[in-house]
Amino acid sequence: MCSAMLIADSLVKRFGQFKAVDGVSFTVERGEVLGFLGPNGAGKSTTMRMLAGCLEPDKGVAQIAGHDCVQARLEAQARLGYLPEGAPAYPAMTPRSFVAFGLRARGFRAGALKRATDLALERARLGDMAEKPIGTLSKGYKRRAALAAAIAHDPAVLILDEPTDGLDPNQKDGVRDLIREMAPEKAIIISTHILEEVPAVCSRAIVIAGGRLLFDGTPNALAQRGKDHSIEAAFRQMTQEVEGG
Amino acid sequence: MMVDTLHAVYRRELTSYFQTPLAYVFLGFFAAAAPAFAFYTGRFFDTNRADLAPLFDYLPLLLVILMPALAMRSWAEERDRGTLEFLMALPIPLWAATLGKFLASWTVAAAALVLTFPMWMAVNYLGSPDNTAIATGYLGALLLSGGYLAVGQALSATTSNQVIAFVLGAGACFLLTMAGLPIVQSALGDGAPAFVSEFVAGLSALEHYDAMRYGVVSLPDLLYFVGLIAVSLSIAGLLIADRRGGGR
Repeated sequence: MCSAMLIADSLVKRFGQFKAVDGVSFTVERGEVLGFLGPNGAGKSTTMRMLAGCLEPDKGVAQIAGHDCVQARLEAQARLGYLPEGAPAYPAMTPRSFVAFGLRARGFRAGALKRATDLALERARLGDMAEKPIGTLSKGYKRRAALAAAIAHDPAVLILDEPTDGLDPNQKDGVRDLIREMAPEKAIIISTHILEEVPAVCSRAIVIAGGRLLFDGTPNALAQRGKDHSIEAAFRQMTQEVEGG
Repeated sequence: MMVDTLHAVYRRELTSYFQTPLAYVFLGFFAAAAPAFAFYTGRFFDTNRADLAPLFDYLPLLLVILMPALAMRSWAEERDRGTLEFLMALPIPLWAATLGKFLASWTVAAAALVLTFPMWMAVNYLGSPDNTAIATGYLGALLLSGGYLAVGQALSATTSNQVIAFVLGAGACFLLTMAGLPIVQSALGDGAPAFVSEFVAGLSALEHYDAMRYGVVSLPDLLYFVGLIAVSLSIAGLLIADRRGGGR
């Protein structure tokens, strides 16, 4: 019996004739930070959406903390924090009210609601921006507001789709620190195009292209696959082979 | 827990109406347009009767336009902004999201109806109206608003474009209202069997609303509106649930 906090087992998803995800399987244990790599259109976001319960797989099973993401969606989602691609948020709300909405929907009330909201805003380093409408904030602060909403309920599993996209170098460091800080207690997946992020925060990496899993191992093992023992070279080699057909 | 999630969605939706100028423009327009219809088109003073018939006569026309305008954002805006992804990743049942959105828009509609109360005060000052009929008239208007809002929400779930959602919503509400009018009945008249004409007339929201205007609250009329709301919200929920299976 597997004790993994997150399980993707032979996931398949088609959009019409296009097979976006083609039999992807992996697991993530507590304490692991999994870097999810792949070129644009590789199937990363589709896989993450299936794990987040936003999309039902055509075949295969997705599980969060032992709960099936389709059959027991609410139980699975209760244990999950999800930062969707593009970090969508309601522009008229402030980060504080946005985070509080997510918490209220999860049953937080009164003192617990206030404590969790304050902590999430502090951890995502929103500062004074927490009280301004999200629509008026810079891209970096918007992303941090969505990140705060994803971590506010202290979930056992975190799925973060490009959490550092659009952030300046200082903000990127801040988010990486936050991920490292949370890592021992949680199972975390981050998708990223920024390959330098992988050795910096990830304990494991997987590479997908054309909807298929090409690699699953440590960042060091991934680097070994590259001609010059770099993750960049390994990534290019693997994904170009698939994309080149 | 389920009530908590419903309340969370209701609260967010209601707040969002007032965080933008939408609710204020809507309420201001309704407060001005409803009496304007009654005074100018309904000849409020010329009837020489102390009642709100001129208001209730023209209310459906106003609601056909304004309720879809209130409901058009329900799902179309979520889809357009990508926040549907955030909402769908929350552990909330779709019925709670659908009902929460509906109840919030219905609250704004109720507030709009409250703004016509000065007219009620005026007729009470000028004469002795049948206040029971006025009360059931308001109940009818509230239920009619609810029906239109639910239909508007279902059509908002079909698109990510709010203008399309509005046009579809207003069109559907217009047809729902027109179904019982003589013009539709006479158009059906010769060609259609009697049961078809009766069925089409039975679909008419106006028919069920009219009975309430005259102080009659019957179970079939109440069931019609509750049914219309329940069916429309279920369709909205099913359309959104279908997105989990189908993609963006």
